Amino acid sequence: MEQFAPLRRKKDGQPVRYLVVDDSVFARKNLGKMIETFGGQVAGEAADGCAAITEYERALPDLVLMDITMPLMEGIEAAEKILQKHSDARIVMVSSVGYQENIVAALQRGARHFVQKPVKADVLYEVVKYVMGDDAVVAAIADGAHA
Amino acid sequence: MKMELIQPFINAADAVLAQSLRCRTAVGDVSMTEHTYRRHGVAAQIAFTGDIEGRIIFDLAPATAAYLATSLSGTEIAAGDEMAGEAVLELANQVIGNAVTTLNNQGFNFRVLPPLVYSAEQGLPSTQDTEALLMSFDTCGGTVYMNIAMRYNCQSSEKTASAVGA
Repeated sequence: MEQFAPLRRKKDGQPVRYLVVDDSVFARKNLGKMIETFGGQVAGEAADGCAAITEYERALPDLVLMDITMPLMEGIEAAEKILQKHSDARIVMVSSVGYQENIVAALQRGARHFVQKPVKADVLYEVVKYVMGDDAVVAAIADGAHA
Repeated sequence: MKMELIQPFINAADAVLAQSLRCRTAVGDVSMTEHTYRRHGVAAQIAFTGDIEGRIIFDLAPATAAYLATSLSGTEIAAGDEMAGEAVLELANQVIGNAVTTLNNQGFNFRVLPPLVYSAEQGLPSTQDTEALLMSFDTCGGTVYMNIAMRYNCQSSEKTASAVGA
Protein backbone atom coordinates (compact mmCIF):
# COMPACT_ATOMS: atom_id res chain seq x y z
CA MET A 1 0.00 0.00 0.00
CA GLU A 2 1.35 3.42 -0.91
CA GLN A 3 2.60 5.74 1.84
CA PHE A 4 1.43 9.31 2.30
CA ALA A 5 3.04 12.26 4.03
CA PRO A 6 2.03 11.78 7.68
CA LEU A 7 -0.78 13.96 9.01
CA ARG A 8 -0.20 15.12 12.59
CA ARG A 9 -2.34 17.04 15.04
CA LYS A 10 -1.23 20.65 15.06
CA LYS A 11 -1.72 21.05 18.82
CA ASP A 12 0.76 18.37 19.91
CA GLY A 13 2.33 16.82 16.81
CA GLN A 14 0.78 13.45 17.63
CA PRO A 15 -0.83 11.18 15.00
CA VAL A 16 -4.44 11.96 14.09
CA ARG A 17 -6.67 9.52 15.99
CA TYR A 18 -9.54 7.82 14.14
CA LEU A 19 -12.68 5.94 15.10
CA VAL A 20 -13.56 3.44 12.35
CA VAL A 21 -17.23 2.39 12.21
CA ASP A 22 -18.31 -0.31 9.76
CA ASP A 23 -20.21 -3.58 10.19
CA SER A 24 -17.68 -5.27 7.91
CA VAL A 25 -14.59 -6.36 9.79
CA PHE A 26 -12.84 -6.50 6.43
CA ALA A 27 -13.69 -2.86 5.70
CA ARG A 28 -12.52 -1.83 9.19
CA LYS A 29 -9.19 -3.59 8.74
CA ASN A 30 -8.73 -2.06 5.30
CA LEU A 31 -9.50 1.45 6.52
CA GLY A 32 -7.15 0.83 9.43
CA LYS A 33 -4.36 0.03 7.00
CA MET A 34 -5.06 3.17 5.01
CA ILE A 35 -4.99 5.19 8.22
CA GLU A 36 -1.55 3.76 8.98
CA THR A 37 -0.32 4.94 5.58
CA PHE A 38 -1.56 8.44 6.51
CA GLY A 39 0.54 8.28 9.69
CA GLY A 40 -2.63 8.06 11.78
CA GLN A 41 -3.74 5.84 14.63
CA VAL A 42 -6.93 3.80 15.02
CA ALA A 43 -8.25 4.88 18.42
CA GLY A 44 -11.31 2.64 18.27
CA GLU A 45 -13.53 0.47 16.12
CA ALA A 46 -17.26 -0.17 16.13
CA ALA A 47 -19.51 -2.47 14.10
CA ASP A 48 -22.79 -0.59 14.46
CA GLY A 49 -24.17 2.84 15.29
CA CYS A 50 -24.85 2.11 18.97
CA ALA A 51 -21.30 0.89 19.56
CA ALA A 52 -20.00 3.92 17.66
CA ILE A 53 -21.59 6.28 20.18
CA THR A 54 -20.05 4.38 23.10
CA GLU A 55 -16.66 4.19 21.42
CA TYR A 56 -16.71 7.89 20.60
CA GLU A 57 -17.24 8.72 24.29
CA ARG A 58 -14.38 6.42 25.27
CA ALA A 59 -11.83 7.33 22.61
CA LEU A 60 -12.72 10.96 21.79
CA PRO A 61 -11.11 10.62 18.37
CA ASP A 62 -10.05 13.46 16.10
CA LEU A 63 -12.05 12.02 13.20
CA VAL A 64 -14.71 9.37 12.65
CA LEU A 65 -15.04 7.27 9.48
CA MET A 66 -18.68 6.14 9.57
CA ASP A 67 -20.43 3.58 7.37
CA ILE A 68 -24.16 4.13 6.70
CA THR A 69 -25.82 0.74 6.30
CA MET A 70 -25.29 -1.11 9.59
CA PRO A 71 -27.36 -3.25 11.95
CA LEU A 72 -28.93 -1.91 15.18
CA MET A 73 -28.42 1.74 14.32
CA GLU A 74 -27.44 3.18 10.95
CA GLY A 75 -24.55 5.56 10.50
CA ILE A 76 -26.52 8.75 9.81
CA GLU A 77 -28.48 8.39 13.05
CA ALA A 78 -25.31 7.57 15.00
CA ALA A 79 -23.58 10.63 13.55
CA GLU A 80 -26.52 12.80 14.57
CA LYS A 81 -26.45 11.46 18.14
CA ILE A 82 -22.70 11.97 18.47
CA LEU A 83 -23.00 15.52 17.13
CA GLN A 84 -25.84 16.36 19.53
CA LYS A 85 -23.36 15.89 22.38
CA HIS A 86 -20.12 16.79 20.61
CA SER A 87 -20.90 19.51 18.10
CA ASP A 88 -17.25 19.71 17.06
CA ALA A 89 -17.02 16.01 16.13
CA ARG A 90 -15.54 15.50 12.69
CA ILE A 91 -17.49 12.74 10.99
CA VAL A 92 -16.87 11.51 7.45
CA MET A 93 -19.47 9.15 6.02
CA VAL A 94 -17.96 6.22 4.09
CA SER A 95 -20.51 4.16 2.21
CA SER A 96 -21.15 2.33 -1.03
CA VAL A 97 -24.65 3.82 -1.09
CA GLY A 98 -23.83 7.26 -2.40
CA TYR A 99 -27.07 8.70 -3.68
CA GLN A 100 -27.89 12.31 -3.16
CA GLU A 101 -30.63 11.71 -0.60
CA ASN A 102 -28.16 9.91 1.69
CA ILE A 103 -25.42 12.46 1.23
CA VAL A 104 -27.74 15.38 1.92
CA ALA A 105 -29.22 13.64 4.98
CA ALA A 106 -25.73 13.03 6.39
CA LEU A 107 -24.51 16.56 5.72
CA GLN A 108 -27.69 18.08 7.16
CA ARG A 109 -27.07 16.20 10.37
CA GLY A 110 -23.55 17.58 10.61
CA ALA A 111 -21.30 15.09 8.82
CA ARG A 112 -18.36 16.91 7.28
CA HIS A 113 -17.89 14.89 4.11
CA PHE A 114 -18.88 11.77 2.18
CA VAL A 115 -16.61 9.18 0.56
CA GLN A 116 -18.06 6.48 -1.66
CA LYS A 117 -16.82 2.89 -1.51
CA PRO A 118 -14.70 1.35 -2.84
CA VAL A 119 -12.45 3.80 -1.01
CA LYS A 120 -9.37 5.05 -2.82
CA ALA A 121 -6.58 5.89 -0.39
CA ASP A 122 -5.59 9.10 -2.16
CA VAL A 123 -9.20 10.35 -2.12
CA LEU A 124 -9.63 9.57 1.58
CA TYR A 125 -6.30 11.21 2.39
CA GLU A 126 -7.39 14.45 0.72
CA VAL A 127 -10.76 14.34 2.50
CA VAL A 128 -9.06 13.83 5.87
CA LYS A 129 -6.72 16.75 5.20
CA TYR A 130 -9.69 18.94 4.23
CA VAL A 131 -11.83 17.95 7.21
CA MET A 132 -8.99 18.32 9.72
CA GLY A 133 -8.24 21.75 8.23
CA ASP A 134 -5.93 23.86 10.36
CA ASP A 135 -6.01 21.29 13.17
CA ALA A 136 -3.64 18.99 11.25
CA VAL A 137 -0.27 19.54 9.66
CA VAL A 138 1.58 17.51 7.07
CA ALA A 139 4.77 16.19 8.64
CA ALA A 140 8.07 15.80 6.82
CA ILE A 141 7.70 13.65 3.74
CA ALA A 142 9.44 10.30 3.95
CA ASP A 143 11.20 8.89 0.89
CA GLY A 144 8.69 7.64 -1.66
CA ALA A 145 5.68 9.10 0.12
CA HIS A 146 3.05 11.27 -1.57
CA ALA A 147 2.87 14.95 -0.73
CA MET B 1 -36.98 -8.72 -15.09
CA LYS B 2 -36.19 -5.57 -17.03
CA MET B 3 -32.75 -4.81 -18.40
CA GLU B 4 -32.97 -1.23 -17.12
CA LEU B 5 -32.99 -2.68 -13.59
CA ILE B 6 -30.25 -5.24 -14.17
CA GLN B 7 -27.76 -3.11 -16.07
CA PRO B 8 -26.72 -0.94 -13.08
CA PHE B 9 -25.85 -4.12 -11.15
CA ILE B 10 -23.76 -5.45 -14.03
CA ASN B 11 -21.97 -2.12 -14.44
CA ALA B 12 -21.35 -1.83 -10.70
CA ALA B 13 -20.05 -5.41 -10.42
CA ASP B 14 -17.76 -4.88 -13.39
CA ALA B 15 -16.36 -1.62 -12.00
CA VAL B 16 -15.96 -2.78 -8.40
CA LEU B 17 -14.35 -6.09 -9.42
CA ALA B 18 -11.94 -4.34 -11.79
CA GLN B 19 -10.93 -1.87 -9.09
CA SER B 20 -10.72 -4.47 -6.32
CA LEU B 21 -8.74 -7.02 -8.33
CA ARG B 22 -6.82 -4.46 -10.38
CA CYS B 23 -7.44 -6.30 -13.63
CA ARG B 24 -9.85 -6.35 -16.54
CA THR B 25 -13.02 -8.37 -16.13
CA ALA B 26 -15.33 -9.86 -18.74
CA VAL B 27 -18.95 -10.89 -18.53
CA GLY B 28 -19.19 -14.66 -18.90
CA ASP B 29 -22.34 -16.76 -19.01
CA VAL B 30 -25.72 -15.06 -18.60
CA SER B 31 -29.00 -16.93 -18.18
CA MET B 32 -32.42 -16.60 -16.61
CA THR B 33 -33.62 -19.30 -14.28
CA GLU B 34 -36.54 -20.31 -12.16
CA HIS B 35 -34.59 -23.15 -10.56
CA THR B 36 -33.14 -23.22 -7.08
CA TYR B 37 -29.71 -21.70 -6.66
CA ARG B 38 -26.73 -23.94 -5.93
CA ARG B 39 -23.82 -22.28 -4.15
CA HIS B 40 -20.33 -22.62 -5.67
CA GLY B 41 -18.20 -21.59 -2.70
CA VAL B 42 -18.07 -18.49 -0.47
CA ALA B 43 -21.31 -16.57 -0.94
CA ALA B 44 -22.86 -13.36 0.35
CA GLN B 45 -26.46 -12.25 0.02
CA ILE B 46 -27.82 -8.73 0.20
CA ALA B 47 -31.53 -7.95 0.25
CA PHE B 48 -33.09 -4.64 -0.65
CA THR B 49 -36.58 -3.22 -0.26
CA GLY B 50 -38.37 -0.24 -1.71
CA ASP B 51 -39.67 0.48 -5.21
CA ILE B 52 -37.86 -2.65 -6.31
CA GLU B 53 -37.35 -5.49 -3.89
CA GLY B 54 -35.23 -8.56 -4.11
CA ARG B 55 -31.85 -9.97 -3.32
CA ILE B 56 -28.48 -10.53 -4.90
CA ILE B 57 -26.05 -13.32 -4.19
CA PHE B 58 -22.34 -13.09 -4.91
CA ASP B 59 -20.61 -16.42 -5.01
CA LEU B 60 -16.90 -17.16 -5.40
CA ALA B 61 -14.85 -20.36 -5.25
CA PRO B 62 -12.74 -20.40 -2.04
CA ALA B 63 -9.52 -19.74 -3.99
CA THR B 64 -11.12 -16.80 -5.81
CA ALA B 65 -12.42 -15.39 -2.53
CA ALA B 66 -8.90 -15.63 -1.09
CA TYR B 67 -7.49 -13.90 -4.18
CA LEU B 68 -10.04 -11.09 -3.79
CA ALA B 69 -9.29 -10.70 -0.08
CA THR B 70 -5.54 -10.63 -0.73
CA SER B 71 -5.94 -8.05 -3.47
CA LEU B 72 -8.22 -5.83 -1.37
CA SER B 73 -6.18 -6.01 1.81
CA GLY B 74 -2.65 -6.14 0.42
CA THR B 75 -1.98 -9.06 2.78
CA GLU B 76 -1.78 -12.72 1.79
CA ILE B 77 -5.03 -14.42 2.81
CA ALA B 78 -5.43 -18.18 2.42
CA ALA B 79 -8.48 -19.96 1.03
CA GLY B 80 -10.75 -20.85 3.92
CA ASP B 81 -9.59 -17.92 6.06
CA GLU B 82 -12.47 -16.08 7.73
CA MET B 83 -11.28 -12.83 6.14
CA ALA B 84 -11.91 -14.26 2.66
CA GLY B 85 -15.60 -14.55 3.54
CA GLU B 86 -15.57 -11.03 4.95
CA ALA B 87 -14.07 -9.79 1.69
CA VAL B 88 -16.95 -11.34 -0.27
CA LEU B 89 -19.46 -9.64 2.04
CA GLU B 90 -17.75 -6.31 1.48
CA LEU B 91 -17.61 -6.88 -2.28
CA ALA B 92 -21.36 -7.55 -2.32
CA ASN B 93 -21.98 -4.47 -0.21
CA GLN B 94 -20.00 -2.24 -2.56
CA VAL B 95 -21.58 -3.59 -5.75
CA ILE B 96 -25.14 -3.28 -4.45
CA GLY B 97 -24.46 0.14 -2.98
CA ASN B 98 -23.10 1.46 -6.25
CA ALA B 99 -25.93 -0.06 -8.30
CA VAL B 100 -28.59 1.25 -5.95
CA THR B 101 -27.00 4.70 -6.15
CA THR B 102 -27.44 4.66 -9.93
CA LEU B 103 -31.04 3.44 -9.69
CA ASN B 104 -31.84 6.00 -7.02
CA ASN B 105 -30.59 8.74 -9.31
CA GLN B 106 -33.11 7.39 -11.86
CA GLY B 107 -35.93 7.88 -9.36
CA PHE B 108 -36.16 4.51 -7.59
CA ASN B 109 -36.13 4.51 -3.81
CA PHE B 110 -34.39 1.72 -1.90
CA ARG B 111 -33.34 0.51 1.45
CA VAL B 112 -30.34 -1.82 1.42
CA LEU B 113 -30.05 -4.34 4.24
CA PRO B 114 -26.69 -5.40 5.68
CA PRO B 115 -25.02 -8.30 3.83
CA LEU B 116 -25.32 -11.84 5.16
CA VAL B 117 -23.21 -14.93 4.62
CA TYR B 118 -25.17 -17.22 2.35
CA SER B 119 -24.49 -20.67 3.64
CA ALA B 120 -27.38 -22.72 2.27
CA GLU B 121 -26.47 -25.26 -0.34
CA GLN B 122 -29.68 -24.37 -2.18
CA GLY B 123 -31.70 -21.18 -2.07
CA LEU B 124 -35.39 -20.62 -2.48
CA PRO B 125 -36.62 -21.29 -5.98
CA SER B 126 -37.42 -18.26 -8.12
CA THR B 127 -41.04 -17.50 -8.87
CA GLN B 128 -42.70 -15.80 -11.80
CA ASP B 129 -42.41 -12.54 -9.90
CA THR B 130 -38.80 -13.05 -8.93
CA GLU B 131 -37.15 -14.91 -11.76
CA ALA B 132 -33.41 -14.89 -11.24
CA LEU B 133 -30.65 -13.77 -13.52
CA LEU B 134 -27.53 -15.89 -13.25
CA MET B 135 -24.35 -14.41 -14.59
CA SER B 136 -20.63 -14.75 -14.18
CA PHE B 137 -17.64 -12.47 -14.45
CA ASP B 138 -14.31 -13.83 -15.59
CA THR B 139 -11.51 -12.18 -13.63
CA CYS B 140 -7.79 -12.68 -13.13
CA GLY B 141 -8.59 -14.38 -9.81
CA GLY B 142 -11.25 -16.75 -11.12
CA THR B 143 -14.96 -16.65 -11.79
CA VAL B 144 -17.35 -14.50 -9.78
CA TYR B 145 -21.00 -15.58 -9.93
CA MET B 146 -23.86 -13.13 -9.44
CA ASN B 147 -27.46 -14.22 -8.96
CA ILE B 148 -30.07 -11.45 -9.09
CA ALA B 149 -33.71 -11.93 -8.18
CA MET B 150 -35.89 -8.84 -7.95
CA ARG B 151 -39.27 -7.46 -8.83
CA TYR B 152 -41.16 -4.20 -8.84
CA ASN B 153 -42.89 -3.46 -5.58
CA CYS B 154 -46.15 -2.11 -7.01
CA GLN B 155 -47.39 -0.80 -3.66
CA SER B 156 -44.21 1.18 -3.05
CA SER B 157 -44.05 2.46 -6.65
CA GLU B 158 -47.64 3.70 -6.46
CA LYS B 159 -46.84 5.49 -3.21
CA THR B 160 -43.79 7.16 -4.78
CA ALA B 161 -45.75 8.15 -7.89
CA SER B 162 -48.53 9.59 -5.81
CA ALA B 163 -46.07 11.45 -3.57
CA VAL B 164 -44.51 13.19 -6.56
CA GLY B 165 -47.89 13.82 -8.14
CA ALA B 166 -47.19 11.63 -11.15
